[in-house]
Amino acid sequence: MESGQLLIILATAIASATPLVFACIGETITERAGVINLSAEGTIMLCAMVGFVAAKTADNVWLGFLAAAIVGALIALVVAYGAITLKQSQIAIGFVLALLCSDLSAYLGNPYVRIPGPTVPPRFPIPVLQDIPFIGPLFFREGDVLVYAGYALIAATWFYFYRTRGGLTLRAIGEQPAAAFARGHNVIALRYAYTVIGGALMGIAGAAFSLDFKAGWSYRHTAGYGWIALAIVIFGGWNPLRAALGAYLFGMLQSLANVAQSAIPDMPTQVFTVAPFVLMILVLVLTSSDWLDRLLSYLPVNARRSLSRTLHTAPPAALGRPFEQD
Amino acid sequence: MEGTAAPQTMTTPAHIAGLPPAFYRIGAFVISLILVAFIILISGASPTTVIGSMVSGALGNADQIGRVIATLSPLLLCAAGLVYTFNAGLYNLGVEGQITFGAIAATWVLRLLYPEGATASLLPPPVAIALAILVGGIGGVLWGLLAGALHVYGRISEIFAGLGLNFAATGIAIYLIFGPWKRPGVASLSGTQPFDESLWLGTFGRTEATPVALALGLIALIITIVVMRNTYFGLRLRAVGRNLRAAYVLGVPARRQLLSAFFICGLFAGVAGALQVVGVFHRLIPNISSNLGFLGLLVVMLVNFDPLWILPVAFFFSALNIGSLQLPLSLGLESSLSGVIQGLLVLFALLGRGLAQKYGRKPEG
Repeated sequence: MESGQLLIILATAIASATPLVFACIGETITERAGVINLSAEGTIMLCAMVGFVAAKTADNVWLGFLAAAIVGALIALVVAYGAITLKQSQIAIGFVLALLCSDLSAYLGNPYVRIPGPTVPPRFPIPVLQDIPFIGPLFFREGDVLVYAGYALIAATWFYFYRTRGGLTLRAIGEQPAAAFARGHNVIALRYAYTVIGGALMGIAGAAFSLDFKAGWSYRHTAGYGWIALAIVIFGGWNPLRAALGAYLFGMLQSLANVAQSAIPDMPTQVFTVAPFVLMILVLVLTSSDWLDRLLSYLPVNARRSLSRTLHTAPPAALGRPFEQD
Repeated sequence: MEGTAAPQTMTTPAHIAGLPPAFYRIGAFVISLILVAFIILISGASPTTVIGSMVSGALGNADQIGRVIATLSPLLLCAAGLVYTFNAGLYNLGVEGQITFGAIAATWVLRLLYPEGATASLLPPPVAIALAILVGGIGGVLWGLLAGALHVYGRISEIFAGLGLNFAATGIAIYLIFGPWKRPGVASLSGTQPFDESLWLGTFGRTEATPVALALGLIALIITIVVMRNTYFGLRLRAVGRNLRAAYVLGVPARRQLLSAFFICGLFAGVAGALQVVGVFHRLIPNISSNLGFLGLLVVMLVNFDPLWILPVAFFFSALNIGSLQLPLSLGLESSLSGVIQGLLVLFALLGRGLAQKYGRKPEG
């Protein structure tokens, strides 16, 4: 395989993973604030439909993204209300919304199945950056606006998390809400805000599928991506950089599945479409279990420590628990 | 979506103000019905016509009632199984995979007992069917225990262990349907070669409902009611679900309780999967679980994990599913409306429960 071809395959993988980057960053923000938005599967599916229909009706792609973001935020608001205000199980509410929203997308989107609609303008090489050897063609030549927005989102989220006061507070309300409250932060309002922001990003992820990377809409258009996003957040150890890495890795796995498909013609093609999902979850299983620790214990102490620190991650301490403010 | 504007009673002390808790639950239920009507109106249809079409589509004739019962039977099994995992505090989203793997195991047995090209089953058909259901149950148990082991020994959220195994089970089913078990000639998404009619489960008359499946569903439900209400096992399961650490400290073998819950749920789900094979589809298809596992999760959430109410709710949900199949034919609407109704009912039941707890009048003392 020529190196030029390989670059294009890799660049395509990066592009196809972009919607997932939005979803994973959105869920990471939500979970860092201590709330699990388990509705991801339904949110992405419904917002893919809403984004497509809005863009088609208004004949404007960006209005599609706006509509999807609003719907994603509204779904997240239901999760926040049920989980934070009413203190019901976040898992139960999120799961019901996952099913409800995917059925809603099928019911309301029925007249819009498999028709052409507006799409994000393709391929937008960035003038100077695209000429950097290797990195340029890989990251800055084949992508469209959304791919670069994805990069910006990753960088901005990382910077916000680890380099700003607001980010410190965000991490605090997920780890030690009582302490954050004692320091004068309104834990409940902040959790609402971050859940809604995360939901809006998941909504954008949905529209990114239907208006760009899997252009068009049909029932179960984005099937499986919400569950994968939730798994990648764990794989990414609730860190935006690692979550994004996980999303790109998943994109690679999908490209590899396409390559493998042509290499092993006897295998039914449908197996390859499920394979990346299974692999990703297996990786999650291996990295988050204590079997890994046991394996690491055979290594010399120094190597063990640094490896364990890189591989092992813990969820925010207050994840999934309602906060009693009064 | 955010239709439940809570009555503003926050300023008055909770023990004085607040309406009876039932008010909030009924109010939430009414709002969910209004939303259903609204969603039907958005799609340009009339709610009364749609509901009339669904009722006649579910209960109009013996054939349709038969289909409702054919859906109800595996749903009862799944919901009954989920009562154990829910009461143990586990969100067993892997139940879909457990159904699928049970179906795969049952298909495997039947293919062994009736090899391609044979003219009769190696064992008498009733024995072969019974064996297929049994092995299907074992298949479900294996898949359930796998998720259980990942959760109990691997510290992995049972939600993700289960979901991962759902993907894996679907992958295996698709691989078998397109690979080793493909139909002679063309392999397609329509599934494996149908079994010989001698291996089909007998039905009530000419309907799709099978007495054996219904009986198994009801037996599973009755066992579950008895176990949860009248046994020490059920009590310990609830203790583990309420507070795992406290239960463990007080001497409840928590790990064993959790794995038992996965075992029983997997068994029931596996049997449901086997029944889908021998009773409904008569072959393995990619979507053999038909979302019954997720529907079971909704049923159990709606009844607040209390098995006593499963039968009526599961019947209602099955009728919704079958009735909605009429919609594309008669009104040109998507049949997923049934899922929308089920989802809204459960969502608002959860929100209504929360409102009742937060704003409802507290009992005296």
